[in-house]
Amino acid sequence: MKEFWKRFSRNRSAVAGLLILIAVILLAILAPILYPEDPFSLVGLPMVEPFEGFLLGTDILGRNVAAGIAHGAKVSLLIGLFATLVAMLIGILIGAAAGYYGGWIDDALMRLTELFQTIPSFLFAILLVAIMTPSIESIVIAIAVVSWPTVARLVRGEFLALRKREFVEACVGVGMSDWRIITLQILPNCLSPIIVTGSLMVATAILIESGLSFLGLGDPNVMSWGFMVGAGRTVLRSAWWVCAFPGIAILLTVLAINLVGEGLNDAFNPRLRNR
Amino acid sequence: MGSPILEIRDLQVSLPAGSDRTHAVEGVSLRLEPNEILCLVGESGSGKSLTARAIVGLMPSPHVRISGGHIRFGDEDLRSVSAARMRQIRGSEISMIFQEPMTALNPLMTIGNQIDEVIQVHTKLSRKQRVERIVELLRDVQLPDPAAIFGAYPHQLSGGQRQRAMIAMALLLEPKIVIADEPTTALDVTTQAQILSLLKTLQAKHHTGILFITHDFGVVAEIADRIAVMRMGELVEVGEAAQILNAPQHPYTQSLIAAVPSLVPRKPRPAGDAPVLLEVQGLNKAYHSGGLFARKGRNVRAVKDVALKLRRGETLGVVGESGSGKSTMARLITRLTEADGGQIRLDGTDILAVPRKRMRPYRKRVQMVFQDPYASLNPRYKVGRLIAEGMIIHGVERRAAYERVHELLELVGLDARVAERYPHEFSGGQRQRIGVARALALDPEILVADEPVSALDVSVQAQVLQLLADIRDRLNLSMLFITHDLRVAAQVCDSIAVMRRGEIVEFGPTEQVFADPRHDYTRELLDSVPGKGWNAPRLAG
Amino acid sequence: MSMAANRLRYVARRLLQAIPIILAIIVLNFLLLQLPEGDAADVLAGEAGSATPEYMAQLRAKFGLDEPLHIQLLAYVKNIVQLDLGYSFRNNMPVLDLILDRLMPTLLLMVSTILLAVGVGVLLGLFAAMGLNSWRDNLISIFALVSYATPLFWVGLMLIVVFSINLGWFPTSGMETIGAFYEGWDRVLDIAHHLVLPTITLSLFYLALYTRLMRASMLEQSGMDYVTTARAKGLTERRITFKHILRNALLPVLTMAGVQVGSLIGGSVIVESVFGWPGLGMLAFKALFARDLNLLLGIFFLSACLVVIVNLIVDIVYSFLDPRIEMR
Repeated sequence: MKEFWKRFSRNRSAVAGLLILIAVILLAILAPILYPEDPFSLVGLPMVEPFEGFLLGTDILGRNVAAGIAHGAKVSLLIGLFATLVAMLIGILIGAAAGYYGGWIDDALMRLTELFQTIPSFLFAILLVAIMTPSIESIVIAIAVVSWPTVARLVRGEFLALRKREFVEACVGVGMSDWRIITLQILPNCLSPIIVTGSLMVATAILIESGLSFLGLGDPNVMSWGFMVGAGRTVLRSAWWVCAFPGIAILLTVLAINLVGEGLNDAFNPRLRNR
Repeated sequence: MGSPILEIRDLQVSLPAGSDRTHAVEGVSLRLEPNEILCLVGESGSGKSLTARAIVGLMPSPHVRISGGHIRFGDEDLRSVSAARMRQIRGSEISMIFQEPMTALNPLMTIGNQIDEVIQVHTKLSRKQRVERIVELLRDVQLPDPAAIFGAYPHQLSGGQRQRAMIAMALLLEPKIVIADEPTTALDVTTQAQILSLLKTLQAKHHTGILFITHDFGVVAEIADRIAVMRMGELVEVGEAAQILNAPQHPYTQSLIAAVPSLVPRKPRPAGDAPVLLEVQGLNKAYHSGGLFARKGRNVRAVKDVALKLRRGETLGVVGESGSGKSTMARLITRLTEADGGQIRLDGTDILAVPRKRMRPYRKRVQMVFQDPYASLNPRYKVGRLIAEGMIIHGVERRAAYERVHELLELVGLDARVAERYPHEFSGGQRQRIGVARALALDPEILVADEPVSALDVSVQAQVLQLLADIRDRLNLSMLFITHDLRVAAQVCDSIAVMRRGEIVEFGPTEQVFADPRHDYTRELLDSVPGKGWNAPRLAG
Repeated sequence: MSMAANRLRYVARRLLQAIPIILAIIVLNFLLLQLPEGDAADVLAGEAGSATPEYMAQLRAKFGLDEPLHIQLLAYVKNIVQLDLGYSFRNNMPVLDLILDRLMPTLLLMVSTILLAVGVGVLLGLFAAMGLNSWRDNLISIFALVSYATPLFWVGLMLIVVFSINLGWFPTSGMETIGAFYEGWDRVLDIAHHLVLPTITLSLFYLALYTRLMRASMLEQSGMDYVTTARAKGLTERRITFKHILRNALLPVLTMAGVQVGSLIGGSVIVESVFGWPGLGMLAFKALFARDLNLLLGIFFLSACLVVIVNLIVDIVYSFLDPRIEMR
C-alpha cells in the first residue's frame, strides 16, 4: 500500500487530479455552510456580472451561480459514484459468470452485452429517464443500465484468462466450490483493472448526467451543473458566465477523475510506464 | 583458421538502475570464424541473448545499453559506426533469426512482401528479379509451393514453415553472419530436427558464420562447431564442440552437462504385478470451435479412444508433440475438463459416472502438478494458505492443516518458515516445490504431472525431477507424467505411451519403447531428439 | 474458393447475425412501452391526449392490447417489421416519415464527424507517438486529456459565443440560411458553412479518444517482436513506422470507431439541439418535450438499426485490413 502510494505520487498529473478532486469533494461537503440558502432561491437582480456582488454572478432569474455550483457538486459526485457502483455490480456479476462458466452461458450473456453496446446508449438513457420520470434514482438507474457492458466485457476477459491459470485449476482439483473460486481466487486478481475502469467510469457518468440535465431531464428538485448550463443557454448572448462557469466545473471534475484513474492505472502496472 | 569475421572484446552491457544486477553482460570476449557455427549456451539470465543483440545494436529497451568493449566486424567497430552504416549492415551482412516466428513476422503483411523488403532496401534489383530470387530461396528452405507461400500471411503457415521463411529472409543476401536466437525453442521436436539440419546444410553451402544462441545442450551437440558457455553475464568457457561436450573444464559447464538427462533409460524398477490403480478406457474428447451463431464450426478430436493402465507405484509417461492431446488427457483424468465419453476407473469406480458435485472424495486421490511455476500459485495468498486450503476444504482442522504444511514444506526441501511468504518471493524451482507440496497435502494416490519441468532451467530441472522421484518412492505414489521431452521421460518413467493427434500409437515399458520402437512415429520422435548421438559424460560430482 | 466469394459469404453471414440483434431491439422497445403507467395505447398515441377516441380504439385492436402479453408482443413485432412505427399526432405525420425526413441531416453530421475525429485523431496520435515525451507529444496529450473531459453541450455553447457571437465567422444555428434559397454549389457551400461548428463540437470528444487510443496503440505495437525483425532487416525507422507499425496500430482505432457509432448518435441529440440542426437528434429533443414517447421509441429503434448497419460496414472494412479475420 505504501509502495503503491509512492508510485502514485510520483505521477505529477495524477496528484494534481487528486487535489482538484479533493477540492470538489470539499466544496460538495461545505456547500450547505458556504451557501446555506436554497440554490434555487432568488438572491439578487438577474444577470449580475461576476465579481459585482456575487463571485460568479447571477443567472436569468437572479439565482447565485456560485451557490448553484457548490450545491451541484454533491449531486454530480453522488450520481457519478452510485451509477458506477450499480453498473459495476451488474457488470461484475455478468462478466464473472460469462468468463468463468464459458460455453452457452458465456454465449448468451455476451450476446446480451453486445446488444446493450449496440443500442445508442445516450438515447437509451434519455428514453429510460423520460419513461421513469426524472429523479435522482431514475438517472442513476439509466446511467448504470447503459454503462455496465464495459465492465462486463472487462471482467469476462480477465476471468477468461485467469480461469485457465493453473492456480485456479489447482483449486478445482482440490474440490473447491465455484463460488469460492470466483470470489476468493479469481476476483482479487482482477481488482486493479476493475478499480481503474470504475474510476474512469465515474467521470463518464458525470458527463452523462450533465447531458441529461442539460436536456431538461435532471431531477427538478436538486440543482445540477448540466441544468444550469441548459437554463443559461437562452441568454448566451448577454450573460456568457451563466453557462461558462458550471461547464468549467464539469470539465475540471471530469478531468480530475480521469487523471486520478490514469494515475491508478500506472501505479497498478508499473511496467507499462516510461515506455 | 584465418582471421575471424567478428571479434567481440570485453563487451559490457549495463542494466537500468534498480535492476538486480548492474550489468547484464560483463567483459565477454568472443571470436566468430567464417564458415562455423558457434553456439552460445547459457541458462535464463546468462546474458547470451543480449550479447548477440549487442552486435547489431538491437537492445530491448533504451535503458539497456552497451557500456564498454569493442565489436569488430571486418575493419569496422560496430559500436562506433553511423546509424546509416548499421542499417546497411543489418539484413545484408549480418542477419537475424528469432525464437518465435509468429510474433517476429508482421501479421498484416504477406511473407513474400516481408522478405522482399530486405532486397528492396539493400539492392536495386527490379521487382521481377526480386520475386524470382525469393521464390528460389523459399524453395531452398524446402517450403512446398513457394509461389503460394509468397502470397500467404504468417498465420496461414505452420510454426515450422514460418521459421523456414525467416531463415530464407536471413540468408537472402548471403550475409557473412547469421545470429540465430533460440530459433528452434518454440518448435516441436520433429520440426526442430528438420530446421536444425536445414540450417546446417545452408550454412555449409553459403559458408556463413552462425552465432547460435540456445539453452539446450542437445541442440548444441547437434550443430555446434565451437561452444561458448555463459553464466550471469560472464563467459565461463570457450572451446571446440567435442572438447566442451565430452571433457568440459569449468565446474559450471560440468554441472550443466551433468544435468542433461540421458537418452538411455534408467534401470527399470521392480515392477509387474502391483494392482492396477487407474484404468482408462475409450476416453474421448472433441472440441467444437465457433459460437452459437457459427453454424459451421469445426470439430477437433483432441483425445480419441484412449486406453491405458496405471499400476500402484508406477510412473507412466505420456509423450507427444504439441497438439497431440496429452495435456487434454491429463485434464480429463483429473476432471478439470469433462470427457465426451469413456471410462476412468479409479480402484474400480468409474469417476466419470460420479456427478460433479460428489467428486470431492475422488479429487483428493488424484492431484496435479502444473507446468508454469508462475501461473500455478495464486499471487495474492501466502504459501501456507495455498497449501493448507485444500486440506481445510476437505475438513481438516485449521491448526492441524498448518502443522501439516510445515511437514510438507520440509518434505519438498524448503524451510518451514517460507509458509509466511508470498509466491513472488521464490524462484521458479522453489515455486515448483511449493506446487508439489500443495499436491501432496491431500495424501493423493496418483500424481498427474503436466510438463512439470519444461519451464525450468536444466540444472533446476534435474533437482525437481530428483525430488519427484524421491517422493514417489517414499510415498509409493503412482504418477502420470506428461512430457514432450524424451530425455526426461527416459529418466523418470517405467512405461511410456506415445500420443499423436489424440491417439496413443505406442504403449510399453520404457526400455522396450526406446530400444525397439514399433510405430513409425515413435521412431521419428526418437530420431529427432537433438544430440541423440551424444552421450553426456557422467562426470564425477 | 476465390477471395471475393469468401467475402460475399462473410458479408451474408454478418447480415444474418444482425437479424437477432434487430429483433432483440424490437423486444426491448416493447418492454419499454410497458414501463410507463397506464395503457400502452396512451403511449403509442402520444401521451398528450391529442388523439381521437376512434384512433385509440383502432390502436388497441391493432396491437391486441386486450390480449395476453405475448400476443401483444407478436403484434408489435409484426407492425415494426413492416416498418409501421405509428402516427405522431403532435406532428400530424406518420413516425416513419418524420424520421426519414430528418435522417439525411443527421447522417451528414455523423459522417463529417467520423471523418474529422478518426482522421485528425489518428494523425495527432501518430505525431504524439513519433515524438514520445517531446513538447509536441505533451501538447497533444494535454489537448486530448482536456477535450476528453469537456461536456459536448458546453463546447458547443462556447464555440457559439466565440465564433458566432463575437467573431461572427459561423452561423449560430440551422443547416441553411433561411430565406436565401441557394441552389447547386452555393447551397452545398452554405450547408458546409453551417456544418463546421456542429461537426467540431461533436467530434472533439471522439477526436480526443482516438488520439489517445492511437498513441497508446502505436506505443504498444512498437514494442512488438516484428518491429525488432524489421530493424534487423535494416529498415529505416521511418519505414518501420509507416509500413509496419501504423497499419497494425490502426486496427484497434477502427474497432473503437465502430463501437462508438452508437454513442455518436446520442451525442447528436445534444449537438443538434444546441445548434438547431434539423436532424434526428433535434426531433428526439422535441419529442422529449412534447412527451411523444412513441416518436422517441421510433427514433431509438431506427438509430439502433443504423448502428447495426454501420457496425456491419466497419466489419467489412476490417476484413480488408486484417487478413486474420476468418471469412469462412
